[in-house]
Amino acid sequence: MQQIFNFLIRNKNSILFLFLFVVSVFLTIQNHSFHKSRFVSSANSITGGVYSWSSNINTYLHLDEYNERLLEENNKLRNIISNINDSISVEKQLDSTSFEGDYLFRTARVINNNFAKIDNYLTLNRGENSGIKQEYGVITSQGIVGIVDRVNNEYSRVISILNSRSRINAQLSNTNHFGSLVWDGKNPNIVQLIDVPRQAPLKKGDTIITGGRSLIFPEGLPIGSIKDFTLDQTQSYYTINIKLFNDMTNIGYVYVIENVNKDAIEELQDTTNEQ
Amino acid sequence: MNSKLFSNIARFVILVFLQVLILNNINFAGYVNPYLYVLFILLYPFAGNQSLFLFLSFLLGISIDVFEDSGGINAAACLVAAFVRPNLLRFSFGISYDHQNIRLANTPFGAKLSYILIMVLLHHFVLFSLEMFSLNHILLILKKTLFSSIFTVILTLLSLTLFSKKYR
Repeated sequence: MQQIFNFLIRNKNSILFLFLFVVSVFLTIQNHSFHKSRFVSSANSITGGVYSWSSNINTYLHLDEYNERLLEENNKLRNIISNINDSISVEKQLDSTSFEGDYLFRTARVINNNFAKIDNYLTLNRGENSGIKQEYGVITSQGIVGIVDRVNNEYSRVISILNSRSRINAQLSNTNHFGSLVWDGKNPNIVQLIDVPRQAPLKKGDTIITGGRSLIFPEGLPIGSIKDFTLDQTQSYYTINIKLFNDMTNIGYVYVIENVNKDAIEELQDTTNEQ
Repeated sequence: MNSKLFSNIARFVILVFLQVLILNNINFAGYVNPYLYVLFILLYPFAGNQSLFLFLSFLLGISIDVFEDSGGINAAACLVAAFVRPNLLRFSFGISYDHQNIRLANTPFGAKLSYILIMVLLHHFVLFSLEMFSLNHILLILKKTLFSSIFTVILTLLSLTLFSKKYR
């Protein structure tokens, strides 16, 4: 017994090191699995407070740019409104307002934004108190940003589309060929659309929009334009490089989208699966 | 003793804030960021309690992780750096380091540089390996380690020079 104690005391530093190291590796692995990072996230009151304090200053410096974006968006929306008055048939416009179904929009400000790592997250200054929940989509007027993955009362954390674990359904705007939107971790302005069938007619500059197969984003939100494309090893699917419409390195204000019918749809799908 | 304690606490807090508010947003050439908070581990009193030092390093890393949403990668990297520090001190400054209270500012430049460089390289290598979490990206890990280390070492040397007190 004495010897065991002596051994523990002699090696207490190594044991402490091993213990803490195992804890941190455990946290890292947790963070690498979607929706399981329960312990360490920037959506808590301390980091949220610090980030919103610093973003208050930062936002002030970018006011001009944000005003310009607002003007552009207002302009787009005004065009749509006048079109509605002019004609009965509303043409499908590439805009965050063209969607089918019931969606609820909320505004929020990005108080922290990463884009230089492999797995990037954003922090928003709105949380459960403002009605934001997990798995809500996040967009700007120009394109999509990511999906909410952790919420506390006042802040929420968003998995950016610049994250190795993000997979978002997207499709070509002129045909219905769809694929998954992923990121290779290299350039924050270029994302990849994979698993697009070879039959899809692709042209440089074509627009990529969100697909209708996800319950998170409305169909038809603009994402980016095709920069170039290659066939993968099996020669049957395209990998497309997409230039984002959004500047992911400079996001000020965002919209958080709630799909009002999501629960109902999921319930229906679950009952179908059970049978 | 109290002033030492106070200056270490202040250094801890200031470095965390400096790191998450400014240095993490530099993104030089797309991805190169300095990790100056290693300075806390470099400067922690050499004769201090090793267990407390390990725990503080873990705390330092986890604070950065909370801000960065990176799980526990900074904590792990800091722990490794803190754990090997006594051996590294002996390697860089010779066996004499634990007998007398040497100060980093008064050591020869070569020894100082080797101590800082090895610590930073080790810390960054563990950090980026855990960030990528796959051996397929070994080249990217090495590239990031190299460039970020250069950046960190330069900043570390600069801040050591700026904030060193001259004793005669």
